[in-house]
Amino acid sequence: MEQRIIKTTCPYCGVGCGINATIDNRDAHQITIKGDEQHPANLGRLCSKGSALADTVSLQGRLLHPEINGQQTAWPEALDFVAEQFNDIIDKHGANAVAFYVSGQLLTEDYYVANKLMKGFIGSSNIDTNSRLCMSSAVMGYKRAFGADAVPGNYEDLELAELLVITGSNMAWCHPVLFQRVRKAKEQNPALKIVVIDPRVTDSCDVADLHLALKPGADVALFNGLLNFLSEQNRLDQHYIEQYCSGFAETVASAQSESTELNQIAQRCGLNENDLTLFYQWFAENDKTVTLYSQGVNQSTSGSDKCNAIINCHLATGRVGKPGASPFSLTGQPNAMGGREVGGMASTLAAHMDFNKPEDHQRIARFWKTENLASQPGLNAVDLFSAVDKGDIKAIWIMATNPVVSLPNADYFKQALERCPLVVVSDCIADTDTVQLANVKLPAVGWSEKNGTVTNSERRISRQRPLFPASGEAKPDWWIVCEIAKRMGFEQAFNFSSAADIFREHAALSAFENDLEHGLRDFNLTGLAELSDAEYDQLAPTQWPVLAEPTPTSSRLFADHRFFTPDRKARFIPVQWRPPANSTNNAYPLILNTGRIRDQWHTMTRTALSPRLNMHLPEPFIEIHPQDAESYAIIDESLAEVESAWGSFLGRVKITDKQQPGSLFIPMHWTAQLSSRGRVGALVNPVTDPYSGQPESKHTPVRIQTFQAAHYLFIISRKPMTLPDFDYQAVIKADQCFIYQLAIRAPQDNILQWGQQLLQSTDEQQRIEYNDPAKGVYRMATLDGNRLNNCILIADHWRLPDVNWLQTLFSQPEIEPQQRISLLSAKPPIGQGDVGRIVCSCYTVGETTIKNAIAKQKLTSVAEISQCLSAGSGCGSCIPELNEILNATCLSK
Amino acid sequence: MKETLLVIGNGMAGMHAVEELLRIAPDEYNIIVFGAEPYGNYNRIMLTPVLYGAKQIDEIMIHDFDWYKKNNITLYCGQDKMITAIDTQARTVTTADADKISYDRLLIATGSRSLILPIPGHAVEGVMGFRDIADVEKMIRKAETHHHAVVLGGGLLGLEAANGLSQRGMEVTVVNRSRHILNKQLDKTAGDMLQSELQQKNIAFRLGLSIKEINHHDGHVNAVTLDDNSRLAADILVMATGIVPNTKLAEQAGIECDRGILVDHAMLTSDPRIYAVGECVQHGRELFGLVAPVYQQAKVCAENLAEHGRARFKTSIHSTVLKVSGIDLFSMGELQSGQDSETLTHIDHHQRLYRKLVLKNNKLIGIIMYGNTRDIAWYQQLLLKQTDIADIRDQLIFGKPETLAA
Repeated sequence: MEQRIIKTTCPYCGVGCGINATIDNRDAHQITIKGDEQHPANLGRLCSKGSALADTVSLQGRLLHPEINGQQTAWPEALDFVAEQFNDIIDKHGANAVAFYVSGQLLTEDYYVANKLMKGFIGSSNIDTNSRLCMSSAVMGYKRAFGADAVPGNYEDLELAELLVITGSNMAWCHPVLFQRVRKAKEQNPALKIVVIDPRVTDSCDVADLHLALKPGADVALFNGLLNFLSEQNRLDQHYIEQYCSGFAETVASAQSESTELNQIAQRCGLNENDLTLFYQWFAENDKTVTLYSQGVNQSTSGSDKCNAIINCHLATGRVGKPGASPFSLTGQPNAMGGREVGGMASTLAAHMDFNKPEDHQRIARFWKTENLASQPGLNAVDLFSAVDKGDIKAIWIMATNPVVSLPNADYFKQALERCPLVVVSDCIADTDTVQLANVKLPAVGWSEKNGTVTNSERRISRQRPLFPASGEAKPDWWIVCEIAKRMGFEQAFNFSSAADIFREHAALSAFENDLEHGLRDFNLTGLAELSDAEYDQLAPTQWPVLAEPTPTSSRLFADHRFFTPDRKARFIPVQWRPPANSTNNAYPLILNTGRIRDQWHTMTRTALSPRLNMHLPEPFIEIHPQDAESYAIIDESLAEVESAWGSFLGRVKITDKQQPGSLFIPMHWTAQLSSRGRVGALVNPVTDPYSGQPESKHTPVRIQTFQAAHYLFIISRKPMTLPDFDYQAVIKADQCFIYQLAIRAPQDNILQWGQQLLQSTDEQQRIEYNDPAKGVYRMATLDGNRLNNCILIADHWRLPDVNWLQTLFSQPEIEPQQRISLLSAKPPIGQGDVGRIVCSCYTVGETTIKNAIAKQKLTSVAEISQCLSAGSGCGSCIPELNEILNATCLSK
Repeated sequence: MKETLLVIGNGMAGMHAVEELLRIAPDEYNIIVFGAEPYGNYNRIMLTPVLYGAKQIDEIMIHDFDWYKKNNITLYCGQDKMITAIDTQARTVTTADADKISYDRLLIATGSRSLILPIPGHAVEGVMGFRDIADVEKMIRKAETHHHAVVLGGGLLGLEAANGLSQRGMEVTVVNRSRHILNKQLDKTAGDMLQSELQQKNIAFRLGLSIKEINHHDGHVNAVTLDDNSRLAADILVMATGIVPNTKLAEQAGIECDRGILVDHAMLTSDPRIYAVGECVQHGRELFGLVAPVYQQAKVCAENLAEHGRARFKTSIHSTVLKVSGIDLFSMGELQSGQDSETLTHIDHHQRLYRKLVLKNNKLIGIIMYGNTRDIAWYQQLLLKQTDIADIRDQLIFGKPETLAA
């Protein structure tokens, strides 16, 4: 049977990769995913997460019915209830007593109606988004410099550049497909220089000619130093500065006032002066420079200034919107850009219009035919949840995001939500840390059922198309918003019949009075405002602006050197280096840095459904430099507690010299669903950038101490387990089984009985047991004939055997007699290889397999490894690790 | 003129010594052998398969009459030629039919006999040991006409007798004073596993009990009464409660004896011309019932007879390799954990596989393997060499590390 290919877009990072999906079995939700070779973002490539999307579209864990206070209810009742409650609270306490907290996971159409409802009709600006946590400093940087939130360049610029500066971004893990394009560009043009600026050695350094291990938070000093250097070395584009920019003199003066001495700057940045100078020289010499930046820049109390410090250097050299030359913010989420376009942040109006322009306000009020349009910016995310805590906000509707995990000071904000009189959550997942706190749960469609558009980092609008009809009673987010809006009394404004209908209005608003007479705005979809339903369905990936007549310049902005400021000139912004808000001290002597890992997305609600994505880094962990580990008596692979003034965290220790001394790194993904105390958000200081309101998630003072438990254990079970509380617990789904890593402080009298109780094993005949009571060791497996049900390994020491081989036995229908004997050794019988820790997720290739192949077959390059084992030939995100293993194996010979 | 080596006892120990001697010094002696049983040398261990019918007597012969002929050994066997006295002064032995034969060297290998406990009624017909071909033939005859057998003693010999009689169609009950069977070789866990295995073969067990009285009718056993006053029907009662070294001959000749005939490291008795090997000897405080140390004694004895000199017998830590009812068993050293020892156990209940390792100061001092005896040589070496196992403790019970991937 010929299968129809459905073109859609990946729901993870901001690269916005095109996907060709085919449906293998509609009822069983089985699909095959391939990269779309025609999509300009990825040209057929996909990363490990995107490739594993087929594992995430089952109905497992889906929220499929509306619920009010734990009771399943029908949609009309749920919608009426929310509308009445909201209206009631607004009547009693005013419009600012309600709020929406939305998400870069929403489609543009969903986002548009949510913003329209809150700002346009409820009349409050209390709608903020999780993009506040990742992109708002970048928005502020662009707006201050260009008068609009506009990314000037496009992805081709990465291939056209002669110098790539990757700063505050581990794009190898966070934007893997774009990183593959960079890798290929480097292969094809060895003259391309790449500088990675990051306090950590990350996999992105794999392609770097120069790595600057910057002191955390010193970015402004680094780029101010660069501006000085360019000025002193006469490397400025004087013509560009004079003709198209304003504010240069004050800006360079501000930079000079900090320091003009390279050695001082190097010291402030924690860098070697030669490396610093080399970077400055390369920047000075290469006209085609793209600076790529992301959360390492944005998530800071001086995030906006960091962005402008970067943009200042690009303006000073005229490198904006030119082929191979731009300051390029990489967005974290699939539709962070779409959210910005519809004005889904408390600080902006719709369609890139602003509160501080009265004409914008009037224009939108006219277009929406409302008299109730909010006139003041609302509360940004952190302030918004603080207002919930204070009781100022009495009803909050959270859509498609998990703030109990992702907010800073997350335990505090969790308590705020627990106290909030009305929490409405619309989500596709039934049990998230946030959904659990909801009074009203509204089932939303998931990625494979959604229909609408998203905008990626290079302003490219792509369609997400449904692969399946909506499951259960799930509904599109736009439908839920519109139905509640209608019930709140706004029938006229929300009478949309489809996503296409909404998109047309969104495009029309962007086009509305967007001309020389009324003032030009960057965001303009004039050419899409009258799409038919069929044309919308067929819409190919399109970069904005989309004017009535296609122009040759639309793939880059500002090629005409005309900006969206009143004088149409770009603005230099004088900025000064400031230390992070909270500095380390005796009580909290270490800096906590947070970030993503390669194979997980956000709060793991979807990626953790995929066994192969779970095996690369299966537990919440802490990276620490060997020197610090020694100072604080922290041992590799043991457990450690990290505490800040705001909360605490418990995770597995990874000692690595890739980490700077004095700094720790903890991944952002783990939730209370998957771990006992693995939510890093609980640690993060709730301090924000004064301009963007973005939290300083990359810098929190913390301390670390070793965690001693009485018993350490793991359980691998074919079925999910209900376990009592453990001090440490981390669970992942593997192939055909679930793996629980556990530790408990309270000593157990009889570990045999305890182990048997934990596995609920009553039939002795089903057991295989190993017992070393003097060492506190008990291991047990239960089997049904030769089919393994579960196993438990208990010790009084954290160094438990590896789960790698044991968990593979669960994917066998029956284990072999030989395996019964070695089962509890957790090591395979001879001739049955242990693959080791999974390195390549696409082909599930483990470290041991790779090392053995390198040794036995004398492999000398990643290409040879790929040829021999397929590792690295899928998405390519493991190539840096393959290089590392190759180097280590060759060195050890 | 060759010296004469006279061997009393035509069993496994004596003949192994002769065989070794022929191998290393074929022309040293003129050899004369006396045996009380009317056969060549047979493998006593193989009496069980004969009992349950898997083998015929000629199949368990180690040395048939031809072998003696070929090797110029003079063999006298049967009751007539049973030795009744040794004159150590005259260096002669006397046979039942009053023959006197001289020797230059004498090797006593009179073996042992079943211990028949003096329970009231023990002297009646049907109460027997399990020791030789005659016993086996008697059991086979009984099984053809009778149903009820009781075996006293849950040791190796008792279980083999029980198993054999059961296969011959008798209803067998094993009575054992210890709470678990095979208590010299196994701990309770392994003993219980073996017990349930044997129960599935219709062998019954009464453990923790002794026989108080042997009931009889017409001079023949017909039941036994246990400590708890319960009665078991018994057409035959096999006593498998131990063995008694045959020392009477040596004692009467004035050779020093204790429980067995006392020998030194060269297997020499108190008389410098007389050696002794096998189940009749006592070395230090130890008696012997298993074939491995007995063969070791035979070898040492042969080397000394051949005047090769230096070989010395050293008792080593007992290890037992057994096959009971198709199940491989191995045990060695200390089987119970004491105050300063630690145990590792591994058990697969369904497959009835069990291992126990007893450790002291990170060294192996005891091993039980039930059902799977892979890597026993490795474990034996670890125990004998007292290797420090601290680094491999976690993997120890799962077998030799090389059999597991790194």
